[in-house]
Amino acid sequence: MRILVVEDDKDVAGFVVKGLKETGHVVEHADNGRDGLFLAASENFDAIVLDRMLPGGVDGLRLLETLRAQGNQTPVLFLSAMAQVDDRVRGLKAGGDDYMTKPFAFSELLARVEALTRRGKTDAPQTKLTASDLEMDLLSRSVRRAGQKIDLQPREFRLLEYLLRHAGQVVTRTMLLEGVWDYHFDPQTNVIDVHVSRLRQKVDKPFPTPLIHTVRNAGYMLRAD
Amino acid sequence: MAEQLKWLSRRARMDIWLVFHPQTLMRSAGVRFGLIYAGLFALSAVALTAFLWWSTAGLLDRQTETAINADAQGLVERFLDGPNALVETIQDRLAANVDDDAIYLLADSNLRPIAGNLELWPKMVTSDVEWTEIPIDRAGVRGLARIRQFVLPGGYHLLVGRDVQARAQLRRILGDALIWAPSIVVALGVAGALAVRSLFRITINDVAATAAAFSRGDLTRRVRVTGMGDEFDRLAEEINNMLDRVASLMDGVRQVSNAIAHDLRTPITRARARLEDAGRSARSEADLHAAIERAQSDLDGIVAVFQALLRISEIEAGARRSAFARVDLGPLLFDLAELYTAAAEENGQVLVHDIPPILPIFGDRDMLQQAVANLLDNALKFSPPGSTIRLAAGASGRMLEISVSDQGPGIPPEDRARATERFFRGETARSTPGSGLGLSLVQAVAVLHGGTLRLEDNRPGLRAVMSMPALTAANAPPFHS
Repeated sequence: MRILVVEDDKDVAGFVVKGLKETGHVVEHADNGRDGLFLAASENFDAIVLDRMLPGGVDGLRLLETLRAQGNQTPVLFLSAMAQVDDRVRGLKAGGDDYMTKPFAFSELLARVEALTRRGKTDAPQTKLTASDLEMDLLSRSVRRAGQKIDLQPREFRLLEYLLRHAGQVVTRTMLLEGVWDYHFDPQTNVIDVHVSRLRQKVDKPFPTPLIHTVRNAGYMLRAD
Repeated sequence: MAEQLKWLSRRARMDIWLVFHPQTLMRSAGVRFGLIYAGLFALSAVALTAFLWWSTAGLLDRQTETAINADAQGLVERFLDGPNALVETIQDRLAANVDDDAIYLLADSNLRPIAGNLELWPKMVTSDVEWTEIPIDRAGVRGLARIRQFVLPGGYHLLVGRDVQARAQLRRILGDALIWAPSIVVALGVAGALAVRSLFRITINDVAATAAAFSRGDLTRRVRVTGMGDEFDRLAEEINNMLDRVASLMDGVRQVSNAIAHDLRTPITRARARLEDAGRSARSEADLHAAIERAQSDLDGIVAVFQALLRISEIEAGARRSAFARVDLGPLLFDLAELYTAAAEENGQVLVHDIPPILPIFGDRDMLQQAVANLLDNALKFSPPGSTIRLAAGASGRMLEISVSDQGPGIPPEDRARATERFFRGETARSTPGSGLGLSLVQAVAVLHGGTLRLEDNRPGLRAVMSMPALTAANAPPFHS
């Protein structure tokens, strides 16, 4: 994937660019808003990682607003030190698709960037999600694996749906908390792990091959292998 | 001149200079009010004079007419006894008229005077005039008279009148008064302006002095409340409330700075020590990786504490109130109960809930979720396996309550007041992981919603109760489409 990183801090930018390249992405980097806007508007990217406070007269919000005004719908992830709830709301209102605050873990950033690009591609309404022998019917809200019906609680259904929609990608606990529960805080208790483990009991335990994998130091991944 | 100036105190001279200096004159609210007062005063003085003139002159006119009519009636009756009787009566009356204001004139058909105190028949009084007012000349004194003419049988004409010079004098007095009125009005206006201005000064000076002292850093200074309960007292109370709020915010900032200075030092020291130790004495790459990972998680912990601190300050500053909306606590709490039930079961605990389906509040959804999650986190953390945790909510009157009760060690009564302070960790909590910020945040959220956080004894365990105003018709926000 082609990813544009607009970030003025050399160390943070170097860390992000290196990490993204190591995971197989093609990365362009701009260290000010003006260059970032030029690159974003003139070339095609699958995602943009955007800092909010940028030198060069064009800050992150302005850059994004200009881009959206031109009809450019490239997914944008804000990466900002501005961590107040209102900052986040403002970033999303300006057309951002996700908002991360510094400091951050690279695994979280990678997972979110990859989730963004996937979302951009599959916007057509789907009625069925599948992975290996697991099948989810979104209309009848039923789940089958190897032809066998699996009974899920509503929340478990949504958790599995989220994992299926991001199949093959790392999904962090924070992403699950935001995407499945719509919570924007980090509980101290391992509530997400418990819910995933319950889902595993139903979806993986009765079958020979597990689909939901734990990714160390990052989160979970639903993968058919 | 110098002597006179010395007689005035310096302050008084300043006042005079301030009041009459053209530039400061209009800038003083006291002078402005004084001028308004003077204008109103002038207006009412003119109105009063006009009214006085109208009523006094009218009364005099009516009195004169009554007197003339009574007089005339007597004379006409006398005329029935013949003209000579009338002449006699006129002379009697003139002799008896001490005030010398009566006017009589009896004339024959050719208007030649027969008797009375006018030498000539006034030219202005023709036969068709009944009531009139004429200037008269009596013994060299000019005057004004109001007269009535009677045409008597036999071609006689009778004039009965009264000298109304008194009315003219009244007019002159009132006229003089009107000439003097502006100067009196100006004098009184200036006096009023000075009085109003000094009243203003006394009240405003204290407010200004307090504000100045406060901005210089004296956070304990407050405006004096006289206790009279007037508008100035209300203003003083409002200003004092504002100063209290500013002081408590400043205190919050100071607390956060102290917390950062002291309480974050420990984990930072730990992380630093770990990295330095690894750099010096790690024997293998695996050792190094392990040390780096631990330091990373230490740093994550520091960041979490940092964010919690900033979040609490953000809430306490009241900035989040702009995100308030109608929130139904029923489903919100139900979702949280569902999220935590599984985790409680994993710990061998039971989470039960008693939540009404609909429980509206005017508030911030994210903050309320986080506050209740913090209480549940605590309850799960401190409760032994096999115990029951209870999440309950309900409205009683105008308040609604969200309570989380556990059967853990609880908080001893002497620690309860301090349990919501930042970084406070009770004896029983020392051994468990945590930052000591959870309850501070819950309290901040409760206060943000105009409520309180109560910590009670659950016998055994802790019962934490968030008590906040319910959404009623009275405090419902305006409807937004």
